[in-house]
Amino acid sequence: MTIKEKQDQIIEEFAMFDEWMDKYENIIDYGKELEGLNDSDKTDENIVRGCQSNVWLTATEKDGKLIFNADSDAIITKGIIGLLLEIFSGHTPQEIATTELYAIDEIGLKEHLSPNRANGLTSMVNKIKMTALAYRAKQNG
Amino acid sequence: MDISKIREEFPILQEKVNGKPLVYFDNAASSQKPISVIETISNYYLKEHANIHRGVHTLSQKATSKYEAVRENLADYIGAESKEIIFTRGTTEAINLFASTYGAENLMPGDEIIISTLEHHSNMVPWHMWCKKTGAILKIIPINDAGELDLEAYTELLNEKTKIVSVAHVSNTLGTVNDVKFIIQKAHEFGAVVLLDGAQALPHIEVNVNDLDCDFYASSAHKMYGPTGIGFLYGKAELLEKMPPYHGGGEMIKSVSLLESTYADLPFKFEAGTPNIADTIGFGAAIDFLKKYGAHNIAAHEKMLHDYATEELSKIEGIRFIGTSKHKAGVISFLIGDIHPYDLGVILDQLGIAVRTGHHCTEPLMQHFNIPGTVRASFAIYNTKEEVDQFIAGVKRAQRMLS
Repeated sequence: MTIKEKQDQIIEEFAMFDEWMDKYENIIDYGKELEGLNDSDKTDENIVRGCQSNVWLTATEKDGKLIFNADSDAIITKGIIGLLLEIFSGHTPQEIATTELYAIDEIGLKEHLSPNRANGLTSMVNKIKMTALAYRAKQNG
Repeated sequence: MDISKIREEFPILQEKVNGKPLVYFDNAASSQKPISVIETISNYYLKEHANIHRGVHTLSQKATSKYEAVRENLADYIGAESKEIIFTRGTTEAINLFASTYGAENLMPGDEIIISTLEHHSNMVPWHMWCKKTGAILKIIPINDAGELDLEAYTELLNEKTKIVSVAHVSNTLGTVNDVKFIIQKAHEFGAVVLLDGAQALPHIEVNVNDLDCDFYASSAHKMYGPTGIGFLYGKAELLEKMPPYHGGGEMIKSVSLLESTYADLPFKFEAGTPNIADTIGFGAAIDFLKKYGAHNIAAHEKMLHDYATEELSKIEGIRFIGTSKHKAGVISFLIGDIHPYDLGVILDQLGIAVRTGHHCTEPLMQHFNIPGTVRASFAIYNTKEEVDQFIAGVKRAQRMLS
């Protein structure tokens, strides 16, 4: 499945929930499903610093594709990064770097997940994109 | 006090947030504004605006007298003289003004400044900066598990090198009301001057700087039902007289020749440039509001809400209160089990309940308790027991979702 197809699937999934409560519960489920990181991976290098809670993000390359893992001390934030990884993890650096993220805007949580509120949602996306760019440069280099 | 009548004075309390009636428990960050404050600012711009102090025309004179009347009103409210009131943008600027005028002039390498573990960053960072610049040394009053200052340790920190003691009157995170009278009296025995950060005290309890005998007092209008961007530094006249100006420019001069300037008398020496006239006048309306209901009555109402909320929260499994001082203003900081405060805050927001979560600009205090932050509910005159009930129900619902 492409990144775009995954986003469409998530939009469809969230469209089933009318209530904000259910949407949040779904986000929390993404957080619970995310494997998380060992404390040894929660380093300064891997941190995406937010105002209220922290996110740690790691990346490894396997068969030309980037596998991300992440963790957060807040479960809603962990759910949001889990959602982002559901979209981006397992794709080539080229695809990650060049595919636009639109699912977050469309799942009906846009007003609830402004960059500030989502604990630096923008920072998380930037970190994913920057990591992909770095790997792409390495692959091309 | 008829709280339902008071609530009618606050238009924003009729608003809905996320489709729910607003429960505003973030008053320690900023309080909501009564219609009298809003209309005073609006009328000023509609009918009365002109620059102040220099104009000979009617509007300028009117604006000047309104602006200066606020200084008198505020001085009267806190037991000061009007020339002892320096308008600033807020508490933070007031503390920076004090640090960079009194501090710069009076601190020598090896001199000591005392602050406490529970200070807001705005009463820490300026001292970090000025210690670096002057070679002064920062000493910290420790706290106990209840979030009270260790006053015995404080008296041991004092010595003849102590030049400045700068502490919060009331803690923004814990609500602790510090025994500032004792702190001031002890500091004076060693010839040190005391600045109180009164941002969390003035909206909630009675403050009389004369009675406290503090040397400086800083606060912000926006926590006192007034506008943002305006606050003040009170200083004893004899100390302010000796301090150099803060900013240079118009309003603060006596005369200027090409090569030198002489400075205006108090309080204008510290007020360079066109000030925030509209909001200062709005601040006046906020002081009138506080005077109308009386600090004593406000404190009693907020204590009732605080005690009721604490009692109801105590019934929640896994609750942990951060800050259990015997003397508290209307602030409750807490955590539930291992739920992150951010998560609780987000869910409460969806229920229309505004609380503050995080470190509350008191990171060293969070480090002391070894926690990432707290959920903080803080009360104001317009809050009700029914709102506390909604809040408690919200916390329980969030707990169910997040556990």
